[in-house]
Amino acid sequence: MSGELAEPIDVTATQDCAPTFDEAIAFIWAEADMLDRLDYKPWLKLWTETGEYIIPVERDAPDYADALNIVLDNQEMRESRAKRLLSGFSMSSAPPARTVRTVSRFAIQAQDDTSITLRGAQMLAEYKYQHMRFLPADMLYRIVRGPDGGLLIDRKVVTLINAEDFQFGIGYLL
Amino acid sequence: MSMTDFASLVKDDRVHTALYKDPAIFEEEMDRIFNNTWVWVAHDSDIPTKNSFKTSWVGRQPVIVTRDKAGEVHVLLNRCRHRAASVCEKKKGKASVFVCPYHGWSYDVDGKLRKVPHAKGYDDSFDTADFPLISLRTESYNGMIFATFKQDMEPLVDFLGSARKWMDLFMKQGAGFGVKTLGEHKFRFPGNWKIQLENTTDAYHFPIVHKTFLDSLDAETEDVFDVLGQGGWVEDLGNGHSVMVMIPDLIDLEDNLDAPIPERFAAVAKELADEGYPDDEVRKIVRAVGGSGFNLNLFPNVACSMAFFRVLRPVAVDETEITHVAIGMDGGPVAGNRARLRLHEHFQGPMGFGTPDDAEGWERVQRGARAGDDLWIMLNRGVAAPEGRPEPGHNAGDVSAETGMRAAYQMWKRMMTA
Repeated sequence: MSGELAEPIDVTATQDCAPTFDEAIAFIWAEADMLDRLDYKPWLKLWTETGEYIIPVERDAPDYADALNIVLDNQEMRESRAKRLLSGFSMSSAPPARTVRTVSRFAIQAQDDTSITLRGAQMLAEYKYQHMRFLPADMLYRIVRGPDGGLLIDRKVVTLINAEDFQFGIGYLL
Repeated sequence: MSMTDFASLVKDDRVHTALYKDPAIFEEEMDRIFNNTWVWVAHDSDIPTKNSFKTSWVGRQPVIVTRDKAGEVHVLLNRCRHRAASVCEKKKGKASVFVCPYHGWSYDVDGKLRKVPHAKGYDDSFDTADFPLISLRTESYNGMIFATFKQDMEPLVDFLGSARKWMDLFMKQGAGFGVKTLGEHKFRFPGNWKIQLENTTDAYHFPIVHKTFLDSLDAETEDVFDVLGQGGWVEDLGNGHSVMVMIPDLIDLEDNLDAPIPERFAAVAKELADEGYPDDEVRKIVRAVGGSGFNLNLFPNVACSMAFFRVLRPVAVDETEITHVAIGMDGGPVAGNRARLRLHEHFQGPMGFGTPDDAEGWERVQRGARAGDDLWIMLNRGVAAPEGRPEPGHNAGDVSAETGMRAAYQMWKRMMTA
């Protein structure tokens, strides 16, 4: 590592400012890895207290709160959902379908002093009971820096390619 | 398969496993049942104004439900009379004309063929009056629109019979504003349609399959959803219809308005009060927001299920599509409808706390049914209904009785052997 990058002043600056594009991407990859490994308890800690996790039915709903969604979770609902999925008493998630996902095609949608908003694409394959299914989605992440310098998700919107059409039961997190 | 064979597959207390997995039986069902009775296609609020439309299905056949300028509802086969192209591929919207994209034949919303491009290419015997979109017989009751291919089918009100009382009770969720559809969750499961039909009248599975839903509720609400412990019942309403009352306290939403507002609705009640709704209105709206305490199964394809419409569509012998239609108050308070949307999302849909487990259970039924060619699906559960609750003369059992399933299969037998 070069001496230039190691200068303490750079670290301080990074920890105070909005997440960079590269930081945000690395963070999203780490989140995707967590979800494929069903590591839901640490996943809950990746969010701001007011963070919203949304999987819409309508692709262009003007306000998700006034529309029917597949998921519209605040912190309490996320915790409740993770608890349910890990409980062992939900037959659709004990065990859930196996999943393999990648997230890419990132583009910066917005950036300000405290946050970065990225668009992306998620390609997810699931497998259970001899069925292989493919659930591509457009992604939107608003990511902020937490008080300890780490990154947090403030908003995540997973718009499935066929959001308004039929799905099969989904016993894991997208 | 002969009619006698169909009859032998349904006994009073069991049905043969072939009903879930024999493709020949499925083909006959599409003809003898879905093309031969009233099938639910839409709710009035799906087509609220003149020239509004919604695409839907009658069995395996795609239809367009339209409202014409006079307000009359039409159900039309979604197929151009020329060379069969579908004339509408939108889920819903507004249109004063449907134009076939292939050769430009255009149709009025009542199905009449309006115009044919380059008409000179037809000889004088060609008459547009001979080629309207095929129109199905259409009738509605309390906002629910049904269609049928059977021209001499009995009137819808007679077909619904005793179920109408329960439809009227169910629509009290409009809290005086009227009921409006708010959105749809659609999902499929690899299994036969009758597995889903059974499930709407199956309280027995609830505490087992939906344990994680119950665990996610506060204590007071968990008590409300103790569906086996409140003296409910299942009642055969005739023609394959049945009602399963799980929460007797929530049969009539205009009763007990003086009862304390449950804790989980305190926030919405406060929001309504802050908006200026008087106390009695707040109580009525909040009680309606919580939904009804019963599932009304209307044979063959729709249920008024506690707080939503559950619509089934047979796709193949081993694939079924379910639509859970969220409903709310038409023009009612935003806070109330938001609360209903969140309640719906909590249980329903492909990632709800209830639906995925139902879907997995139904898939397991279809997978298991591959075994045992001579085995039967048992529908023999049930003890006496609580005294004085079901209508006198109606066949009924306790809340977890399989009475509703037996009623549906007796109707199946009647239609398959007619």
